[in-house]
Amino acid sequence: MTDKLMKAQTLHQVTLEVNGHTRRGNASPRMLLTDFLRHELGLTGTHVGCEHGVCGACTVRIDGVACRGCLTLAVQVQDRRVDTVEGLAGSDGTLSQLQAAFKRHHALQCGFCTAGILMSSADWLERLKQQGHKPTEQEVRDMLSGHLCRCTGYTPIVKALMEVAHA
Amino acid sequence: MKPAAFDYIRADNTEQACELLARGEDARILAGGQSLMAVLNMRLAQPGLLVDISRVASLSQISVEQGQMQVGAAVTQAALEWRPGLAQELPLLKQALPWISHFQIRNRGTVCGSIAHADPSAELPLCLLALKGRVLLRSAKARRELAAEDFFTGMLTTTRAGDELVEAVRFPLARPGQGFGFREFSRRHGDFAICAVAAVADAAGLRVAVAGVADRPIAREWPLLEGSALDDALNELAWALDARDDAHMSAAARRHLVRRLGRQAIEEARNSQ
Repeated sequence: MTDKLMKAQTLHQVTLEVNGHTRRGNASPRMLLTDFLRHELGLTGTHVGCEHGVCGACTVRIDGVACRGCLTLAVQVQDRRVDTVEGLAGSDGTLSQLQAAFKRHHALQCGFCTAGILMSSADWLERLKQQGHKPTEQEVRDMLSGHLCRCTGYTPIVKALMEVAHA
Repeated sequence: MKPAAFDYIRADNTEQACELLARGEDARILAGGQSLMAVLNMRLAQPGLLVDISRVASLSQISVEQGQMQVGAAVTQAALEWRPGLAQELPLLKQALPWISHFQIRNRGTVCGSIAHADPSAELPLCLLALKGRVLLRSAKARRELAAEDFFTGMLTTTRAGDELVEAVRFPLARPGQGFGFREFSRRHGDFAICAVAAVADAAGLRVAVAGVADRPIAREWPLLEGSALDDALNELAWALDARDDAHMSAAARRHLVRRLGRQAIEEARNSQ
């Protein structure tokens, strides 16, 4: 049992699947997933805002489920699948349906919150689609309440999400 | 804001998690981490060892038997919220779960974690108390089971000993003739409740529980009161909770919310019987 203990001051290898590719990096137990993605793997699309789970900027998908990167340890995602904003567009740069709708509706200005919102929305919309449920504007706003955007006033974000959900 | 250094171990099973807690190395259980990680990031807690139970298969189960739903320590709030049939099994939880923080937090936050954390404003401790649920505790040496009433002792404090794991909680399923109501007031959706009320009505009477006002959720049982007798009972409850003025709201406004939301939740419970 003790051989599995990860000591605080030691770096431990973490292997996971990121956006469809196997990646490896080193982390001490206290390293947050956000810092691991950004500093170890160089994936700086995931942003760091409040670091206590409130602002939503760091939201990524772990095994498909939208979660706060700042409330997850890097060592917890060993052998997991993590999807970040870098994986949304096609390899040729073609925007996903959601990204294209954000662009069309000007659903971002500074863009700091956008990566997190896109990752939450991708998970949420997929689940509703599986259930054959078309969300109301209120339901979209409820889901977005887990994200802070200080530029847009949310209206264009809601429009983009409604367009994709009802397409 | 980064956590202070700690050792980390991923437990394979419940026995191992309990043994690690028993070593007394200032160990803490990490399940969903949606309360604990924020506390660690702000360095309000600096445990020596985190015991991650999120991959223990036996703790990830929801089982229904003998009129009870048992929810294991690693079950997320989202797993319960999106469970088909929850509206029939536990209508109160169906109503209350969407009020817990946000979608993204419920995806990882656990049911038992919220109950173990015992925030006085939190919805799950409130519902467990309103439904007369039970908490299953386990240490390396023994198991015990407590009524919700005997578990919550104050602000973020419970009767759980340092070497005990909240292994599961049990909610009694809705029975025919029961009705349920839930009301919450917060500044923004997803914020902690300034006041939340859960009500259960059946042929014998009412059970009402309030969160966000006292230092823990508090329940009362009344016969089927009507009109001014119900107003008087709610008023007595509002004063008994010893509301305090704070940055969010005055004590008087909190008492008002207990009376108003209490009335609404009770009416909803009686109308859904």
